[in-house]
Amino acid sequence: MKLDDLINHSSEWLKGTGPNSDIVISSRIRLARNLEKIPFPHWANKKQSEGVLNTITDAAGKVDYFKSTVTFKLADLDSIDKQFLIERHLMSYEHAQKADQKAVIIDTEEILSIMLNEEDHIRMQVMQSGFNLFEAWNIINKLDDCLAKELSFAFLADWGYLTACPTNTGTAMRGSVMLHLPALVMTTQINRVLAAIAKLSFTTRGLYGEGTQATGNFFQVSNQVSLGLSEDDIIENINGLIRQIIEQESQAREMMLSRNRAVLEDRINRSFGILKSAHIITSQETIELLSMVRLGCDLGMVKDLDRRTINELFITTQPAHLQKLESKKLSSQERDVKRAELIRSRLIKS
Amino acid sequence: MLCDICGKNPATVHLTEIIDDSMNELHLCEECAHQKSLQMDQHFGLSDLLGGLAEFEKPAKEKEAAVTVKCANCGLTYTDFKKIGRLGCSECYRTFKKYLGPLLKKVHGSIIHFGKSPFKVARVLDKRGDLQALRNQLQKAIETEAFEDAAKIRDKIKELEKKQPQNNSGS
Ligand SMILES: [Zn+2]
Ligand SMILES: [Zn+2]
Repeated sequence: MKLDDLINHSSEWLKGTGPNSDIVISSRIRLARNLEKIPFPHWANKKQSEGVLNTITDAAGKVDYFKSTVTFKLADLDSIDKQFLIERHLMSYEHAQKADQKAVIIDTEEILSIMLNEEDHIRMQVMQSGFNLFEAWNIINKLDDCLAKELSFAFLADWGYLTACPTNTGTAMRGSVMLHLPALVMTTQINRVLAAIAKLSFTTRGLYGEGTQATGNFFQVSNQVSLGLSEDDIIENINGLIRQIIEQESQAREMMLSRNRAVLEDRINRSFGILKSAHIITSQETIELLSMVRLGCDLGMVKDLDRRTINELFITTQPAHLQKLESKKLSSQERDVKRAELIRSRLIKS
Repeated sequence: MLCDICGKNPATVHLTEIIDDSMNELHLCEECAHQKSLQMDQHFGLSDLLGGLAEFEKPAKEKEAAVTVKCANCGLTYTDFKKIGRLGCSECYRTFKKYLGPLLKKVHGSIIHFGKSPFKVARVLDKRGDLQALRNQLQKAIETEAFEDAAKIRDKIKELEKKQPQNNSGS
């Protein structure tokens, strides 16, 4: 598999199915692991980092699980390639900075991705469509067991897995759930919800992780504490919180339907109308309008359109994806034209 | 939602700020977020936070000692850690153990790991050894008055003790 082959392929987590997939886009479990005694990436010299890359890729080669994976060295990728992987949630923005001695391993279904030499030697993640953290955990847990047979992970009996930053020590696990909360935003209840989440020592972030914008009503909720609780307990805690947020969003949707149905229908159908007819559109406007159309789809107001198509458009209308589709560099203005073209082709049934 | 700083522009950037042990949700406009990010270092002020926490409740003499302690494996000093907010290698955790304990407690509210371990896969788990380690942890937790942890460790010990007879007969 080449990187460019991914463009015609749709990530497993975008399929728009799974539990509560009207409100929950995806669930992700991330584990950080480090090799014993070898300096963490930020503190390692070139030779040590090179060694880490080789050791881990060799180990992965021995594990059956990795049969259908490909490894990309970041030094071999251009800036569009790297942006492309970020847009697909296969690697972090941080990982793309300073590409030396870094790599990313992904499987063909894009369920699994492993960043090598990011903040820790290993950052692996498993993504699932819908509200499905335990399924993601089951997969990554097995994978971690396989790697642990081949590698010596840094671990202390009382403190657990040792990470470059002590905020990740312990399970070194981060569970994240990507939520679509348009009704809580429109009914201006979102501030109250976000404040409550922060009080419970969870974090909220935007579509692309740390410090990014929460555009188009998307919010990513993750655990903050990684020490003192088992993986199952951490997941159970996140699940409890997510269930409450889902409940609140559902209630807000019902409230809007009963009180402001016409306003809602107007906004959703205007959004759909603009997407189907625009010839120039920015990425920001696209996300905002798609968010409304997705809500329309959830509420049965938009017919003949499945969630998968909408989910895919969130990703394929991003800058690097458009440039991959066209196989050339595009200016921002050119992208706005191509983006509108792509959206029309997907939304207007011939 | 309007920007928390200027109160004029719509908030499009949402950040979580950690000061001491309290977390703060910030909703900012693009412009104020940019200003804010210039103030914070790349690590979102984490090194300051960690540095500040590490000083917490330490007598002056120990504080000074901490500055000169150096990891024999990777050469990172505690001062380096305070500056960059990240440790140098796994051995740093052993080297700086007495300073990191209070820090982990502050960040996670616990200093006892309850999750999985790589050894269960890599080699057959010595249940008795594991139990002994847990009993030591329990002792430590009681001494430091970490009663919540102590209760959890007690449960874990009970669980292991229950499993032990089967495991012994199996091997
Ligand atoms: Zn502002
Ligand atoms: Zn060290």
